[in-house]
Amino acid sequence: MKNPFKIKSRRPNYPEYWLAYEALFTTKPTELLSDTRFVVLDTETTGFDYELDRILSIGAVDIVNYEINVANAFEIYLQQERFNEQTVAIHGLIQHERIETLTEKEAIPQLLNYIGNSVLVAHHAKFDMTMINHMLKRHNLPPLKNRVLDTVNLYRATRIKSNLIQQDRFSLDDIAEHYAIDICDRHTAAGDALITALIFLKTTTLLGRKKVFKLKQLFTL
Amino acid sequence: MKNTIAERIADFLKQFPPFDLLDPSALLEISKEVKIKYLEKGKTIYNQGDPLHDHFYIINKGAISLIKDIDTSTDVIDKFDEGDVFGLRPLFAKETYTNTARTDEETILYSISIHLFRPMAIANTQIGNYLIESFASNTKNPYSKEHHKSFYSNAEVVSTEEDHLFELQPVRYIKKVVTAKPSTKIRRLASLMSEKNISSILIENKGIPVGIITDKDLRTKVATGLQSIDDSANSIMSAPVLCYPKNITIAQAQITMMKHRVGHICITEDGTPNTKIIGLVANHDMVVMKGSNPAVLMKAIKRANSTKELKRIRSKIMILLDGYITQNIPLTHTSKIIFELNDATIKRVIERCIAKMETPPPVNFAWMSLGSQGRKEQLLHTDQDNAIVFETVDPKTMEATRAYFLKLSKKVNKRLNAIGFEFCDADIMAKNPNYCLSLEEWKQQFSSWTSNTGSDEILLSSIFFDFDISYGDANLTNALSEHTLNLVKNNNLFISKLAASALRSASPLGFFRQFLVESDGEYKDLFDLKKRALLPLIDAGRVLTLNYQVKTINNTAERFEKLAELFPEDKDLYLSCSYAFKALLKFRTKHGLINNDNGRFIKLAVLTKEEKMKLKRCFKTISTLQETIKIKFNLGALL
Repeated sequence: MKNPFKIKSRRPNYPEYWLAYEALFTTKPTELLSDTRFVVLDTETTGFDYELDRILSIGAVDIVNYEINVANAFEIYLQQERFNEQTVAIHGLIQHERIETLTEKEAIPQLLNYIGNSVLVAHHAKFDMTMINHMLKRHNLPPLKNRVLDTVNLYRATRIKSNLIQQDRFSLDDIAEHYAIDICDRHTAAGDALITALIFLKTTTLLGRKKVFKLKQLFTL
Repeated sequence: MKNTIAERIADFLKQFPPFDLLDPSALLEISKEVKIKYLEKGKTIYNQGDPLHDHFYIINKGAISLIKDIDTSTDVIDKFDEGDVFGLRPLFAKETYTNTARTDEETILYSISIHLFRPMAIANTQIGNYLIESFASNTKNPYSKEHHKSFYSNAEVVSTEEDHLFELQPVRYIKKVVTAKPSTKIRRLASLMSEKNISSILIENKGIPVGIITDKDLRTKVATGLQSIDDSANSIMSAPVLCYPKNITIAQAQITMMKHRVGHICITEDGTPNTKIIGLVANHDMVVMKGSNPAVLMKAIKRANSTKELKRIRSKIMILLDGYITQNIPLTHTSKIIFELNDATIKRVIERCIAKMETPPPVNFAWMSLGSQGRKEQLLHTDQDNAIVFETVDPKTMEATRAYFLKLSKKVNKRLNAIGFEFCDADIMAKNPNYCLSLEEWKQQFSSWTSNTGSDEILLSSIFFDFDISYGDANLTNALSEHTLNLVKNNNLFISKLAASALRSASPLGFFRQFLVESDGEYKDLFDLKKRALLPLIDAGRVLTLNYQVKTINNTAERFEKLAELFPEDKDLYLSCSYAFKALLKFRTKHGLINNDNGRFIKLAVLTKEEKMKLKRCFKTISTLQETIKIKFNLGALL
């Protein structure tokens, strides 16, 4: 008879890069927003089905001390096993500009190395996180360990509460319009990541006026 | 690795000097190292005396002021906006910053690495020269006080920060110049000029200016029959064109224009007629730059062809307002003028947006300004509150009609926001489908608010009942006003609820006659002038005039004046309300101008004894008024 506990306690042989990534989380993270490294990311996918659909590209920027450093931007494109109509635009882009593409196996170490133990930020974060975690699962890896913030929640917290406002307009376009952020490269991972990063800076600044300076305050909004 | 963001930054940078002089690969290299900074209004980027940064800055969005402390005074020496480069000192010098850079509004900056950029500036003399020029023009200080005095020693001028030695500032020239070829037919030329609403047009050949044609040429040479409209431009153009380099000062430009009796100067690359055109200076635009005259500003608004231009004019309006407040011009006069200028700005924005739509409006409509602009008492930049009413149409075309006006409103709201009328937090804007309604729908809406009244409905009524038409068909808004008055006539329940809400605003003074300040949140320990002093008066004025069916007066001060006229027995009270309101509004405006905000929250510590006394006198009027309302509307039971 199999002992279920034994299976659970047996640690799979994770690759070197995963162990290195995991080790980063043993140190206690800083609590001040200004000292925290945030990685704002966005994924473009072939669709909305977590099981069937695949990530086409991941774009990200990092923010340290309220500053986006373009030199640290992250942008990768993934090879697709099969032709999918949704991916035509990306394939066109890749062929046209001869962009290097990676396999998922190659992409994962790069992504983990980039995000490290930063706090991840995304718009409707659950979607991006689930897509990434499913990709990790396909390669027998556990889900990401990073803490995650959703710009939708942050934005909602900056809005006044009133019965008069419809509280349902939280798309990236709506918020960018509200904050007069230029929309270019919408629906490219990197372009959306930049828009999200600007929204993140704006909302955290607004929340700063309400004396929100500590990381844990952001998670409890 | 592909870097989409760096490519986009390069696209932005290459529109502006000196980056337009870089080759694409160098530009991309720089863009890859850019740091994007987001700053709130009023944040300091560097202080006078700070050690130099490893970066200089270009403004992606927003505006900043360079400020210099000279002896005891602080002067704004220059202002920059989108696409302008500043903080160049580290490129040339090794000491410390000689002025302070601070954001005037919310700003996104790109920091450019000096380390990367310096070799490029050295290698490319054109870039080097450009930078030296702009560096020189914002570090030498032509604005010093002594200089200023010698210029205006005996003159009484409206002294505002930007007026200091205005004549020595470099001219601001139009970069998007409308031009035509020497072979262009006069007929075509005239229609181009009418279409672009310009009074002169440059004639160029391969970018080199060869002549200029003004309205006057058309008048004297064509309309008189000397030339046919089918002749070509070169038969009537004046040549050669007066050309100057771009750092020409306003004084030089004005003298040149007077001397040669011309209204325009062409700016070329090296200041001679042998190099390419980079801009045009019109006498009119210089007068606008000076901007202390409402008539000129009005004209400029009506001619403005871009949102950016309107934004610039709006900052002039603020300077004008500042001048009026410092000179103690009566507030009635000040608010009328500022209202007219704001109103013209809104009209111009709507006009331009309609032109941008694919088709003209399907039916008549009116743009309603609500809240303070609707009451004609908006002086500082506050939120925009607006709505649209359109003619009632057949139900079949209803949603298509609404879709048209929503699209239009979206454009207008966006541009008003860019100019400085910020988006309304509560979404009370015409782009909100709830507030873009036909006349019939509005009537129903108002009826339902006044018949089935809860606290939300009271709030909405108090916002929407103070509307003023900014654009469009006044028949629609008049019909709505009629309807409103009919609704409240004999509707005692609604009126008493409205009256009760007018009393709900917290009292400004505590039991010991001390100022009551906010107890928590963002504005802890500040005095909320709007909530505690202005709103009680605004609310009271509204409910009283509605109750007495006073038509078409929205302005709070004027409402009380009208009430004083109607009810001689309460004349003293109403007149003192009118006075108190004006005094408080002026007070708010003054503090808003000092702090570059909307003046709503006041630090008590900065008030003088005299100011506090004055405020307390106004508050006394407010409490008398509230007592009167309580008795008049028999509110004892409701409260």
